[in-house]
Amino acid sequence: MTETRDSIKDIWGPRTGYTGQWPVRVDEQTTETPDHWVQSACVLCSNGCGIDIGVKDGRIVGVRGRAVDRTNYGRLGPKGLNGWVANQSPDRLTKPQIRRNGKLEDATWDEAMELIVSKSKQIIKEHTSGAIGFYTSGQMFLEEYYALAIIGKAGLGTPHMDGNTRLCTATAAAALKVSFGTDGQPGSYTDLDTTEAVLLVGHNMASQQTVLWARILDRLAGPNPPKLVVIDPRLTFTAEKATVHLAPRVGTNIPVMNGLLRLLIEAGHIDPAYIAAHTVGFEELKKIVDKWTPERVERLTGVPADKLREAANILGTCKTLVSTALQGVYQSMQATAAAVQINNLHLLRGLIGKPGAGIYQMNGQPTSQNTRECGADGDLPAFRNWGNPDHIQQLADLWNVHPDQIPHWSPPTHAMQIWRYCETGSIKMLWISGTNPLVSLPDLDRVRKTIEKEDLFVIAQDAFPTETTKYADVVLPAAIWGEKTGCFTNVDRTVHISHKAIDPPGEARSDFDIFVDYSRRMDFRGQDGSPLLTSTWQTTEDAFEAWKKCTKGRPCDYTGMSYAKLSEGSGIQWPCNEAHPDGTEHLYTDGVFNTQIDNCEAYGHDLETGAPHTHDDYKLIDPKGKAFLKGVDYEVPHEVPDEAYPLWLTTGRLVYHFHTRTKTGRSKALNDAAPDSYVQLATEDAARYGIVDGDMVEVTSRRGRVLEPARVGDIEPGLVFIPFHYGYWDKPGRPRAANELTITEWDPVSKQPHYKYAAVRIRKVLA
Amino acid sequence: MHLGNYLGLLENSEKQLCDAFEHVSKKHRDEPDIEQMCAKLSAWSREHRGKVMPFVEKYSKDKSKEPKDLRRDLFSEKRSGSLALLRDLHDLWLLTQEVHLCWTVIQQAALGLRDEDLKATYTFCYARTKRQAEWLLGRIKQAAPQTLLVAA
Ligand code: SF4
Repeated sequence: MTETRDSIKDIWGPRTGYTGQWPVRVDEQTTETPDHWVQSACVLCSNGCGIDIGVKDGRIVGVRGRAVDRTNYGRLGPKGLNGWVANQSPDRLTKPQIRRNGKLEDATWDEAMELIVSKSKQIIKEHTSGAIGFYTSGQMFLEEYYALAIIGKAGLGTPHMDGNTRLCTATAAAALKVSFGTDGQPGSYTDLDTTEAVLLVGHNMASQQTVLWARILDRLAGPNPPKLVVIDPRLTFTAEKATVHLAPRVGTNIPVMNGLLRLLIEAGHIDPAYIAAHTVGFEELKKIVDKWTPERVERLTGVPADKLREAANILGTCKTLVSTALQGVYQSMQATAAAVQINNLHLLRGLIGKPGAGIYQMNGQPTSQNTRECGADGDLPAFRNWGNPDHIQQLADLWNVHPDQIPHWSPPTHAMQIWRYCETGSIKMLWISGTNPLVSLPDLDRVRKTIEKEDLFVIAQDAFPTETTKYADVVLPAAIWGEKTGCFTNVDRTVHISHKAIDPPGEARSDFDIFVDYSRRMDFRGQDGSPLLTSTWQTTEDAFEAWKKCTKGRPCDYTGMSYAKLSEGSGIQWPCNEAHPDGTEHLYTDGVFNTQIDNCEAYGHDLETGAPHTHDDYKLIDPKGKAFLKGVDYEVPHEVPDEAYPLWLTTGRLVYHFHTRTKTGRSKALNDAAPDSYVQLATEDAARYGIVDGDMVEVTSRRGRVLEPARVGDIEPGLVFIPFHYGYWDKPGRPRAANELTITEWDPVSKQPHYKYAAVRIRKVLA
Repeated sequence: MHLGNYLGLLENSEKQLCDAFEHVSKKHRDEPDIEQMCAKLSAWSREHRGKVMPFVEKYSKDKSKEPKDLRRDLFSEKRSGSLALLRDLHDLWLLTQEVHLCWTVIQQAALGLRDEDLKATYTFCYARTKRQAEWLLGRIKQAAPQTLLVAA
């Protein structure tokens, strides 16, 4: 039994100041001494730390960080060290279930799958496959997403497939496409080892990617600490370490970013040669940001003009810069436009594609990058463009189907629209895999009413009973991390393999096996009558090899990787091919971006309305490899506090939990560290409402109400915060899910919902 | 000179478009993107109309007695069900085309007259009318297959 530290109390571990390569520190937590270790990576956030799973007598008995891995050099955070316990949870789903006479009852795999197949066929006959939708995850493996993408796009031919990645990283992908032509993070984690400055926008890295944050903390403890600029309305762990912390009012990211860019341009802290050679749109951008003087920014956002200047001075004079953005940008007003401003900052300064200069449009979930790459969301595999007939033909060739079998006649349906089609009865079968929408979607009351509809057939594929499986017509028990083999890609494009360490409990099967089984039972066939690709796969390695073919020549080229190579030591960054056999640290080193008309993943959007542009539109503006500088002006949020609902609500995460706690809530250590939801409010507001720490507070919005114990302090007056992780599976009764209150609305470009603001009122209730 | 008439026509079609966007926004509250975007695009047309008004005044003496109202029979039937949204967006798009054409016609006159203010107003409004139409077209394309092919 080993515990290298109590990571609940000591989240980031001891400091080692450094220059050069980040030193190794192997973190370990085991309950017994393992008989052997199995190579894997952590799936509890997007950082993708290399991890070894310790196995004894066919059980997981602990984990340790992989010293050789470029992502973490052995370190692990509290979730990684404690989350594995969930695999052993006694309430794992171990048998398929079918709803009979209103009750979920155990069934065999044959019964469950045959029911799904007959239902599918009946719906296709009566309503076409446009009545079938898939809502998937950011937590499965690459091979599973690719299987799902082929089944949906080539087998069924439905445009309705998206992931919960829509809630977490759709804006990251959208912003990268807007600026650079395709998805794909330009930078590398090694940039953090040398950079002079870090800008974190709406990204509480200290709580989210704790190991990445440890890397920054170690830089701060070293001889040449970087300066930190943090933009966040809350005083988070991250903000506490900032050189300059800007705390704008909720929903005002755009004015702050516009104001910063204006200061940079005004001071001449830009690289005119780079702008001229590698970008288009500078003059328009300049015009847009020009009216955002520091004073005007201060009036609107509450950020003092001097502080804005101070921040601009750091961002304008550092010789290297790493910027990151997350949900504070992605789940708020003008999400894509604000995220794009971060790309603009780097383009204006020419700080991209070289060591120390990187942008991470962060992902939230561990494998959300793969949902996007493989096309299990609203994208096409390997960053292909649904408006480009050549790209569709390439997929048709790979899958041996007619190009018109692949739905490309209109934009793929985004998650919120899929739910809307379910609500109106136009989608009649919804297959949910690896996600828990009954806690994670906004406006839960509406979602509950939708999923309860008689004419909606719901399949829920999960490892645990959740708030969602409760409503399903068929529940399929899934194997999870540690119980199956597959690959996934983290934020800096590092691909890891995660090997199977133990058998899944009971009859649980991997998502891969379930999808392949469905493909065979549906008897999907290609245009020459041979079985569809997915029906021919025996192992995940077959799928990986097929995926490599799909990526050949695309920006996310995997052709130089193999299961064997990925099992050698560290993860590998794509593109990895003949030219770059060991992977690639930086994209766009030559300042040539993926914006060429035959290469780009999308023809762009009107950033304000979201109207998609066409091939013909793009022909007129094809920048042939230059990056786009784009901007928009500020827009007032759709709901603002008023007399009836005088406070802002914002939602966010806690360091000890992931997503809806299906795993972390089942680890005793993590659960004890943060057992319940709460509402955080400012001291001033607490005094006004007569609320003290621990009082039960009713929080009400136009959509619903929750009851939360109060936590007073460390937040701006007028703003209240509720963590979004908590639902009802372990504590039914008290309404406590933050999403009872949130709004059904989304960004016009990325279609990501706006979780970060809603108007609410509060009231103390006598417990 | 009939410029006054055409400006009247334009002003009226911007008004119709503004009202129609607002109508659709309220009617389709359950479609969050429709509600919000139509409200926003309605505001664009309201602003355009405000910008056109001074020119209607300015050129009013040049007006003949032609009717200024090209009212179409749009949004007239009581529509419901899944087709309603598509038909409403369809009608909105037709209205944008009316505005678009009015602007095209007026731009020719503005050039001839060397009315710089009118030209500037044209440049601003015409571009946004195009964007209104583009959004509608994108949304129509999105809704079309599901509405026409999948019964609900
Ligand atoms: S930082 Fe993320 S990937 Fe690394 S151990 Fe923590 S939860 Fe796992």
